[in-house]
Amino acid sequence: MEDTIFSSLSRLAPQLVEGGETIEDLQRLSGGASMETWAFAVAGPGRREEMILRRRPGGPIDEDASRSVSLATEAALIVAAHGTGAPVAPLVHLAGPDDGLGEAHITRRIAGETLGRKIVTDPKFEAVRPSLARQCGAILAQIHSAKADLPLKTVDFLGELERYEAVYRQSGAERPILELAFQHLKKHAPPPVEPVLLHGDFRNGNLIVDPEKGVAAVLDWELSHYGDPAEDLSWICVNSWRFGKAELPVGGFGHYAELLDGYAAGGGAEIPLSRVLRWQALGSLKWGVMCLMMYASYATGAESSVERPMIGRRVSETEIDLVILMENGL
Amino acid sequence: MIENPRADELVEAVARWIDSVRPGLPPRDAFLARVAANVLSVVKRELTLGPQAEAAATARLAGLLGHEGTLAELNAELCARLRDGAMDRDTPGLLAALKANIVEQIAIDQPNYAPEPAR
Repeated sequence: MEDTIFSSLSRLAPQLVEGGETIEDLQRLSGGASMETWAFAVAGPGRREEMILRRRPGGPIDEDASRSVSLATEAALIVAAHGTGAPVAPLVHLAGPDDGLGEAHITRRIAGETLGRKIVTDPKFEAVRPSLARQCGAILAQIHSAKADLPLKTVDFLGELERYEAVYRQSGAERPILELAFQHLKKHAPPPVEPVLLHGDFRNGNLIVDPEKGVAAVLDWELSHYGDPAEDLSWICVNSWRFGKAELPVGGFGHYAELLDGYAAGGGAEIPLSRVLRWQALGSLKWGVMCLMMYASYATGAESSVERPMIGRRVSETEIDLVILMENGL
Repeated sequence: MIENPRADELVEAVARWIDSVRPGLPPRDAFLARVAANVLSVVKRELTLGPQAEAAATARLAGLLGHEGTLAELNAELCARLRDGAMDRDTPGLLAALKANIVEQIAIDQPNYAPEPAR
């Protein structure tokens, strides 16, 4: 596999970088069975550029049936976001049928940290941390201003709630707090708004953070869709990705007011905190249901890793957060 | 019934052994070994805290529903009443009981989890 990728990339080298001749340091970074991420460098006389290859070895997905977008759509999203000035890892190449890479795209590799826990605790980020929430607000305002006409789904609050409730019912689980949250959010759904382009998975963990510049790139566009701006603003506030810094609701590094001020200053609409909090509660509820499903994939024998059943014990973290959000007057 | 070693002591011994071999493992196995050690910590806490937490949860749900039953029966009934709207967030005592139960559950599942702050 590695040999095939190496030779395909070697043929592409002159196209990826002007004067590019060879591929160096090809290395698999991560990924499961459905998506691979590789790092490599293109080198030529007097130059060397670091790049990232993302590829789906199983071939293109059915965009209608899946929540994820194809890598071709993801590439178009990166280009659209880049056009608004939002920080992304710029697209270098979308693989074609003759490239021998299958469904794949290549972007620049942006330096910085992606591990959420490090971003919220490492002293290296102390100076930049207080500005991150405002920066995230401004970046979301940029992304939401994109005028891209792409084959994406449109999601609204009640539709999303219904989708996850169906998954929960199917699982057969009986969890009073999740049940209460479904019913409560159904009664207190925020009124629908004109949909905008959303990142769809904007959270601490999908950001590359530079110790000096702050957010250097927004990664992982595969869950992008059209919807309520408050959905993107709230997902980064879900307590499950504050990495122990619960008192800093935005990603474990900032406050709601900073995020919302940054959003408005960046040209976004004024969004009331109550709207963000309801979407945040829906976010916790969704993560709770996802954890139940990861346990279910173990219980049915579909997955055997020790990781899966253990994630099932993370449902209770979403339950305690949901109870407190409701006590707080959601 | 054999008293010693207790089940939690046996679990603890295995967890320590996993920790001792972890540093020599390749990255993916080292990660999974850490998860496995965490699993054993959950099991150990459930062995020591579980019986009391379950009894307390049963008593709270019985108080809320006004009759006795097993935890599974009471839990199913509570879910049904929440689903059909007979009980909701504003039902007196509901949030307090659910919170007390989940606080004891998280003490087993993830004692270091920092929950959403109260306002």
